Amino acid sequence: QPFPVARYGGRYTVTILPGDGIGPEMMGYVQDIFRYAGVPVDFEEIQITKDSTEEEFDNAVICIKRNGVALKGSIESKYGGVEGGSRNALLRTQLDLFANVLHCRSYPAVRSRYSDIDIVIIRENTEGEYSMMEHEGVKGVIESLKIITRHGSERVARYAFEYAVKHGRKKVTAVHKANIMKLSDGLFLETCRNVAKEYPEIEFTDMIVDNTCMQLVSHPQQFDVMVMPNLYGNVVSNLVCGLVGGPGLLSGRNYGEHFAVFEPGTRNTGTTVAGRNIANPVAMLNASCDMLEHLELNTHAELIRNAIEKTVNIDLIHTADLGGQATSLDVLELHLPSLKCLGV
Amino acid sequence: MAGWCRSLVKGVRSVGVRHFSDVRTVTLIPGDGIGPEISAAVQKIFSTAQVPINWEEVDVTPVKGPDGKFGIPPAAIDSVNRNGIGLKGPLMTPVGKGHRSLNLAIRKEFNLYANVRPCRSVEGYETLYRDVDVVTIRENTEGEYSGIEHEIVDGVVQSIKLITEQASRRVAEYAFQYARNNGRSKVTAVHKANIMRMSDGLFLRCCRDAAERNPDIRFEEKYLDTVCLNMVQDPSQYDVLVMPNLYGDILSDLCAGLVGGLGLTPSGNIGEGGAVFESVHGTAPDIAGEDKANPTALLLSAVMMLRYMDLQSHATVIEQACFDTIREGNYRTGDLGGKAKCSEFTDEICKKIEESNS
Ligand SMILES: Nc1ncnc2c1ncn2[C@@H]1O[C@H](COP(=O)(O)OP(=O)(O)OP(=O)(O)O)[C@@H](O)[C@H]1O
Ligand SMILES: Nc1ncnc2c1ncn2[C@@H]1O[C@H](COP(=O)(O)OP(=O)(O)OP(=O)(O)O)[C@@H](O)[C@H]1O
Ligand SMILES: [Mg+2]
Ligand SMILES: [Mg+2]
Repeated sequence: QPFPVARYGGRYTVTILPGDGIGPEMMGYVQDIFRYAGVPVDFEEIQITKDSTEEEFDNAVICIKRNGVALKGSIESKYGGVEGGSRNALLRTQLDLFANVLHCRSYPAVRSRYSDIDIVIIRENTEGEYSMMEHEGVKGVIESLKIITRHGSERVARYAFEYAVKHGRKKVTAVHKANIMKLSDGLFLETCRNVAKEYPEIEFTDMIVDNTCMQLVSHPQQFDVMVMPNLYGNVVSNLVCGLVGGPGLLSGRNYGEHFAVFEPGTRNTGTTVAGRNIANPVAMLNASCDMLEHLELNTHAELIRNAIEKTVNIDLIHTADLGGQATSLDVLELHLPSLKCLGV
Repeated sequence: MAGWCRSLVKGVRSVGVRHFSDVRTVTLIPGDGIGPEISAAVQKIFSTAQVPINWEEVDVTPVKGPDGKFGIPPAAIDSVNRNGIGLKGPLMTPVGKGHRSLNLAIRKEFNLYANVRPCRSVEGYETLYRDVDVVTIRENTEGEYSGIEHEIVDGVVQSIKLITEQASRRVAEYAFQYARNNGRSKVTAVHKANIMRMSDGLFLRCCRDAAERNPDIRFEEKYLDTVCLNMVQDPSQYDVLVMPNLYGDILSDLCAGLVGGLGLTPSGNIGEGGAVFESVHGTAPDIAGEDKANPTALLLSAVMMLRYMDLQSHATVIEQACFDTIREGNYRTGDLGGKAKCSEFTDEICKKIEESNS
C-alpha cells in the first residue's frame, strides 16, 4: 500500500478538519455514525477556520502528514473577509494532493434532469490558475500567473488512465482551451496525448472547455472519464454535481503520492444553510465512506453506503436541496437502525 | 453647391450613428459557409419590416498587408469605423499556424470590450430547461486571453492573465447600463476572488463600485463554481451576469446549451466607438448553399442591434414574428427538427410582419 496510515492496535487515527459553515455540523454527524456503527477509527480533530493563525494551519498540515488521511469540511476564504489566500488550496499544495477525483453518478430517486449520468472527473489539483502568484506591476494592472508543468500534467493524466483501466472505463476526455492558451493548455493536452499512447485500449478524445460545458448540459451521457487542469475542474465538477442533484450528495477525493484527503465534492461552505438542521449530510457521509474504503474498512463503508442508499433512494428522505422537507437529523435517524449490527 | 453637399454628406457619415436623416447605414459582413444565405434572410426580413437602415456589405477575406501578414482589408475596417455598427455572419478560421482568428482580430480592431449574449428558452423548441432567461456579459479584451505565455524552463509554462482596472470598470458599468436599458433587475458578478485575490479581486471591486453608482439595479457576487452549480439546477435565479473573459466564454456556452445550442442565441460585441452583432455558430460547411440553414441566431443578433440603435418597435415586431414562426412549428428548419428551407422560414416571418403591419 503506497499510503501510510496511522494504525494502532487495529484502530486507525485520522485527522478531521471540520472547517467553516456547515462543516462542523456535518463532521459531528459522521462522528455519531462511526460511533454507532463501531467503526475502528479515532479522530484527531483540528479546527481550522477563517480566523485560525498561520501556526494552527501548519499544525493541521503536520497532523495530516502524521496520520496520512484526513476528512475535511470547507474553510471559508471569502475575498475581503479573510487575510491571505485560500487555505483549502494551500492545504492541497502543501500535501501535494495532485489528483482530485469526483465520481458523479445519478441517484435514481433524486429528481434531476438526467437520470443516467456516470462521469468520473479527474482534476489537476495543485497548479494551473491556483498558483496564487499575482502582482500589480503598474497601478490598476494585475498579472495573475497560471502555471502548467509537464510533470504535473503527466501525473494527473496517468492517474486518469490508470483509473480508467482499473475501473473498466472505456474513454478518457481531456478538457482544455489550447486553441487560445496554446503553450500552457497546449502542454497539458500534448502530455495527455502522449500518456494516451501507452493505453491503446482506452479511447482518448479532447474537447475545448466551453464546448464541454455546452455538451454537458445537453448530452452528458457522452462522457466517461474526464481529465483537466485545475480551474476547468472546478467548473466542470460543480456543473456535473448540479446536474446530478446539487452540492449535498457527492463526495470528492484528493490524492497525492503520500496523503489522501476526503471532502464533499463541491467544496461549499454552505454558510446560508449552516446551523439550521437543513443541510444535506449525504455528501460528507459519502466522503467518510470514501475514507473508510481507503483504509480498507470495506465492511463498514458498505454498511454506511447501503444505509445512505436506502434512505435516499427507497425511503425518499430528502432535504430541501433535493426538493424534500426532511431535516438533516431525519436523514441520519433512518441510517442508524441498520448500522446497529456492527455497533458496540 | 455640389461640393457643399458632398462635404455635408461626408460630415454626416463621420459622426457615426447620429444622422440627420432617419436612414442609418450599417456594415454587413455576410461571412463564410451559410453566412451569405442567412445574411440574405435577415436583409429580406428587414426590408419587409421597413427598418430604416442601409446595408453596406463588405468582404473581410484576409488580405496581405504591407508587413506581409494577413489581415482584415482596410475597406472593411473603414466601413465599420464610419458606420459604428456592424452585423456579422460566421467566419471560417483558417487552420494552420500564423493565422489569428479573424473573429478575434475584429474584436481587437474595434476594441469591442463587452460580449453580450442573451439566452432565452424558445417556445416550440423545448429542451430540458424551460425557464431560462439570462444574459451573460463577458469582458472581451483581456484576462486569460492576453496571449502572453512563455516556457520558463523545459516543461514549465506560465500563462499570464491580465486584469486591468480600466477594462473591468468599463465592462462593469456597461452591465448595469444594459440591465437598465433592457428592463432587467439584477446584475451578478461572477468571479474566483477566493483564489485569484488580486486579479479577480480587482474585477470584483470594480463591479462593487459600479453597483454603488447604479443603486436602482440589484447586485450580487457569486463564485464561478457556485454559478455553474446553480445554473444547471435552477437558471431562473439569474438575470444579467458580468464576468472576466474566460468565465464568460464558459458560462455563455453553458447557458446556450441550456436553451438548445448556438443556433438560436444572438450575440453583440459592444465597443467604445460602436458595436458588432454576430451569430456565434459556425459556418456549417456541410449544409452551405443548400438553403437549409437556420437564420435565427443572426436574425436575433440583428434584433439586438436594432435595440442598441433604439429602434425598439422594429425590434419587437421582428422578434415576435420569428418566435411565433418557431412556436407554430410549420416552418422549422432541419436543426430544429423541421423540414423547411431557410427561404420558407424567412418567408413565413415576412408574412407575419406584413400581417402585423396591416
Ligand atoms: N450540504 C448541503 N446541503 C444543502 N445545501 C447546501 C449544502 N452545501 C451547500 N449547499 C447550498 O449550495 C449553495 C452553494 O453553496 P455555498 O453558498 O456554500 O457556496 P460557496 O460558493 O461556498 O459560497 P459561500 O462560501 O459564500 O457559502 C448554497 O445555496 C448552499 O446553501
Ligand atoms: N444556423 C444553422 N442552421 C442550421 N444548422 C446549423 C447552423 N449552424 C450550424 N449548424 C449545424 O451544426 C453543426 C456544426 O456546425 P458548425 O458550423 O459549428 O461546424 P464546424 O465544422 O465547426 O464549422 P466551423 O469550422 O466553421 O466552426 C453542423 O452540422 C451544421 O450543419
Ligand atoms: Mg465555497
Ligand atoms: Mg466560446
